[in-house]
Amino acid sequence: MSVLSLPKAFGSFRFLSLSLLVSLGILLTVACGSEAPPAPPAAQQAPVAPGTVAESAPAAPVAEESDTIKVGILHSLSGTMSISETAVHDAELLAIEEINAAGGVMGKQLEVVIEDGASDWPTFAEKARKLLQEDEVAVVFGGWTSASRKAMLPVFEANNGLLFYPVQYEGLETSPNIFYTGATTNQQIVPAVEYLLEEGKTKFYLLGSDYVFPRTSNLIINKQLQAAGLEAVGEEYTPLGHTEYSTVIAKISSAEPDVVFNTLNGDSNVAFFKQLKDAGITAEDLPTISVSVAEEEITGIGADNITDHLVAWNYFQTTDTLENAKFVAAFQAKYGEHRVTDDPIEAGYFGVYLWKAAVEKAGSIDVAAVKEAAKGISFAAPGGAVTIHDTNQHVSKTVRIGKVRSDGQIDEIWNSGAPVAPDPYLDTYDWASGLRELAQAQ
Amino acid sequence: MVTATKASISRAIRTVAGPTRLGGVATDWIAPALVLAALLAAPLVLSDFRVALLGKFLTFAILAMSLNLIWGYAGMLSLGQGVFFGLGGYAMAMFLKLESVQGKLPDFMFWSGLTELPFFWAPFQYAWFAIPMTFIVPAALAGGLGYLVFRSRITGVYFALITQALALIVSILFIGQQPYTGGTNGITNYTTMFGFSINAPSTQVALYYATLAVLALTYLLCTWLIASRFGRLLVAMRDDENRVRFSGYNPAILKTIVFALSGGIAGIAGALFTPQVGIISPTMMGIVPSIEIAIWVAVGGRGVLLGAIVGAILVNGAKSGLSESFPAIWQYFLGLLFIGAVLVFPAGIMGLLRGEGWRRPEWLSVQQLRNGATRFIPGVSK
Repeated sequence: MSVLSLPKAFGSFRFLSLSLLVSLGILLTVACGSEAPPAPPAAQQAPVAPGTVAESAPAAPVAEESDTIKVGILHSLSGTMSISETAVHDAELLAIEEINAAGGVMGKQLEVVIEDGASDWPTFAEKARKLLQEDEVAVVFGGWTSASRKAMLPVFEANNGLLFYPVQYEGLETSPNIFYTGATTNQQIVPAVEYLLEEGKTKFYLLGSDYVFPRTSNLIINKQLQAAGLEAVGEEYTPLGHTEYSTVIAKISSAEPDVVFNTLNGDSNVAFFKQLKDAGITAEDLPTISVSVAEEEITGIGADNITDHLVAWNYFQTTDTLENAKFVAAFQAKYGEHRVTDDPIEAGYFGVYLWKAAVEKAGSIDVAAVKEAAKGISFAAPGGAVTIHDTNQHVSKTVRIGKVRSDGQIDEIWNSGAPVAPDPYLDTYDWASGLRELAQAQ
Repeated sequence: MVTATKASISRAIRTVAGPTRLGGVATDWIAPALVLAALLAAPLVLSDFRVALLGKFLTFAILAMSLNLIWGYAGMLSLGQGVFFGLGGYAMAMFLKLESVQGKLPDFMFWSGLTELPFFWAPFQYAWFAIPMTFIVPAALAGGLGYLVFRSRITGVYFALITQALALIVSILFIGQQPYTGGTNGITNYTTMFGFSINAPSTQVALYYATLAVLALTYLLCTWLIASRFGRLLVAMRDDENRVRFSGYNPAILKTIVFALSGGIAGIAGALFTPQVGIISPTMMGIVPSIEIAIWVAVGGRGVLLGAIVGAILVNGAKSGLSESFPAIWQYFLGLLFIGAVLVFPAGIMGLLRGEGWRRPEWLSVQQLRNGATRFIPGVSK
């Protein structure tokens, strides 16, 4: 050993101690989340933040815990889906704030834990697990894409949690741990096709993004058309985020359909409607009906690109009810006059109230008790009365078809008159027989 | 490159002059042993959720090590490492899905209009087929692509771009082939693994230790590989490929081998990821995750095996912790961390620990040179 090795040896001791620190740091980083205070936005929204409670009543930690009920909100606040999901997150916060201001649920204030799904499905699964296992929330309001719901479903089932999912979807699913407050197929797609058939349309062109919702919707539409003795004149899928539609528009033109049934999602709608207009095709020449384009999306597409085209939903901002007038006013008062409301925003909002009603009827936040109490519970939602179904945990709601105005709002041109009972497996339609067997044979 | 080599040489001479066995032992064995001990003890002190989360980070640590092997030592920056991870993850997901549906058709195939299982899915119901495939498929893709690329002497930034294109192509392919891959949704909803409930805490802890074992084995494998003649050749190629070629070696073959090995290791990491997280989706194979992997390695310390592990765990721990505490603005913190990693401590955390934060990590090549890589570089043996 020469003298030179001394500083080296010293260096390695320092290295050793530092590496010990790093290993400790690793453990701390992973563990810190469990001790982390609730999210700042949550603390702002929930009048009773745990920090303040602990200060005022440090001697009674047990009593203090039962003063609040923890609920989770899990939407994408970053990434591609954040543009749609942030608005639903806002509506759910509004409902929670209103409930807290009115005295809470069973006299207890709601304490919100917000997580970011980051438009990434594995992240949705991770955050759902965190909300259920670490925060032990009573309920989670969240999700938008079918992919995020599919990713969260096994987590909620394994941990016996409760999820309120606020977006219209492709049906064929009834998880015992999910309440579906958006429309299933017989509350949006099936009546839309019926409406078009009654209007004398016979040549349907099916256009959609390439993922589960459009694929399943078109599977159902094709069966429905067959039952009417018809056949779609074309069926086309483009990848999510696709923006080049001139070829598709040429194909549509040569197929000469009466109507395009549009299940495109996201940015693709902007490109499709703009290029349709640029090709000189107006809603009069070729009407389209969309099931994923609401007021929020129309803002992005540009109202003049989509004026007079049709959309099918359960709620419009223009829906004329007393509850809606109050809801729109409260939403715009909190988030700004320029904000619009739409169907998923409304479904996110009334989902919180439905859960509240179920909890108060059950007198407990226990999942089994809440599920039992939820059967048949009603709420006067902005879009009209909604009622939770006795068996399938979907809600009955009114179906509406509207025409887009030049100012981006939607005029209702048809509605189902009364709320339509949810039928996720389309058991009540003869032409759909076998669908349940197929779907459940997975 | 030239200056780097010169600096390496001068330091090499200094290092060779003084025997430093103690330092070598500390850096190569004791520090990793401490990290291993901390990770072994983790399930005793952490909640079930945190153990599962740490288990996920460990799969990322294996993935980061696979990139460190080719980037830190062989100088090839792959921006498509997520693809190999994803392929391994999908192979495992196919096995788990087929076990869960018990002979029925997976749900997404039904939505997409398939009526029977595609032929290439069928063998994945057997573990003896699926588990080796988590290594073989990504290794074969990496090897095949690598051979074509390296034979044409494509290096540096062009190699990085080609691998990035690979990430884009494969993720689009997987999204588009919904009947066979589950499309955007990916493959999820597994119930059991080898008959054990996949969500049971005991299964998750078992998976955690399995991941830790694979991580330790990968570390040993990489340590052995780097200290071997093959490893010294990798470092020599990184520092001056032409000299290696002129010394009578074929860099294309060497690079292909190490790239295939790296792809295979990434695939095994993916296979461990799927059952712990419960889903694999094409988002894991896109461009962004692949760049993130490079960031973990850069933050931890490129060219130090332990650096990749520390970087992957710390960055992902910070990501989870920050997004839980600041759901609306967490990405800004992460951005600051990455800028810091590039500007303030370019040698990564491991570089900082060794007091070399402000320097480029040239000592890496030095350590290897000390072990005898000099003989491959004529300039040094003079």
